[in-house]
Amino acid sequence: MSTSTIDPKVVESKVKSIIADQLGVGEDEIKPESSFIEDLGADSLDIVELVMAMEEEFEVEIPDEEAENIKTVGDAINYINTHKK
Amino acid sequence: MSGFKDKVVLVTGGSRGIGRACALAFAKAGAATVVISYVGNEAAAQETVALLQGAGAKAEAVRFDVADATACATAVDNIVKAHGRIDVLVNNAGVAVDGLVMRVKDEDWDKQLDTNLKGAFALIRAASRPMMKQRGGAIINLTSVVGEMGNGGQAAYAASKAGLIGLTKSVAKELASRNIRVNAVSPGFIGTDMTSHLDDDLRQKMTAGIPLGRLGNADEVAGAVLFLAGDAASYITGEVLKVNGGMYM
Repeated sequence: MSTSTIDPKVVESKVKSIIADQLGVGEDEIKPESSFIEDLGADSLDIVELVMAMEEEFEVEIPDEEAENIKTVGDAINYINTHKK
Repeated sequence: MSGFKDKVVLVTGGSRGIGRACALAFAKAGAATVVISYVGNEAAAQETVALLQGAGAKAEAVRFDVADATACATAVDNIVKAHGRIDVLVNNAGVAVDGLVMRVKDEDWDKQLDTNLKGAFALIRAASRPMMKQRGGAIINLTSVVGEMGNGGQAAYAASKAGLIGLTKSVAKELASRNIRVNAVSPGFIGTDMTSHLDDDLRQKMTAGIPLGRLGNADEVAGAVLFLAGDAASYITGEVLKVNGGMYM
């Protein structure tokens, strides 16, 4: 699957859907400023699973040192938008 | 014995010895699907599959070398694709190449560490994700009494088996919050192909050091593995269960 034509809106909705699925939260609770750990109740294993799910969905590689900087939903969406092929 | 109903089990090195006994124990306990891996002995693998089917399980033998991490990931993927889940992983595949440390070749060291330790790691890495999604699973690593007490002539084997204990405890801590339990079983001197080459003199000396006064058999190890995989052990994780007739306490 090529992601080259995905527009930012689609990225946002896909990221939200991955987060909702992984963390078992409603998509309406997921705001760009939501912190995975503080607002959405994620733990370190959840973060790893989220990163892996996003890597698969968007065919990007998110190195550990970059993943550490992804703290909010907005951070994740921005990362995908800047790095997707 | 409904505890393993619907469960999907992978036993590496399952064509003979302790691995076969473990696979068969799961089949007899009602596991839905038992997959064994093997690397060389096709005939033994097919014989085991027939035994498993005879015990009422869906069974298959998959040929791959656990020392190949990519093959490990593919094998787990295929199991999850075919059966929808993976509930129990038994890391049993192992090799021993004995020799005094001065004479141990790099390739023999690597072979034992890659198969016994890295193979278990690669399969745990691959299986932990589906187990996390399922919010449950059991992993049992076959270590060895020599990993606990050391053994002259088995530096690499003992190192790999001691490494498995550290791996077991670390992963037990990492995955506990997802209801994935990780334990080790530590067999002593068990009568299998791996110990059959030892001469009678050595065999007698070793038996003299075993309070129960005899070698163990593969079924006695499988019993411990089955226990740790099942609900009876639901509050046990990070444990190393010795099955050694008392030779090391």
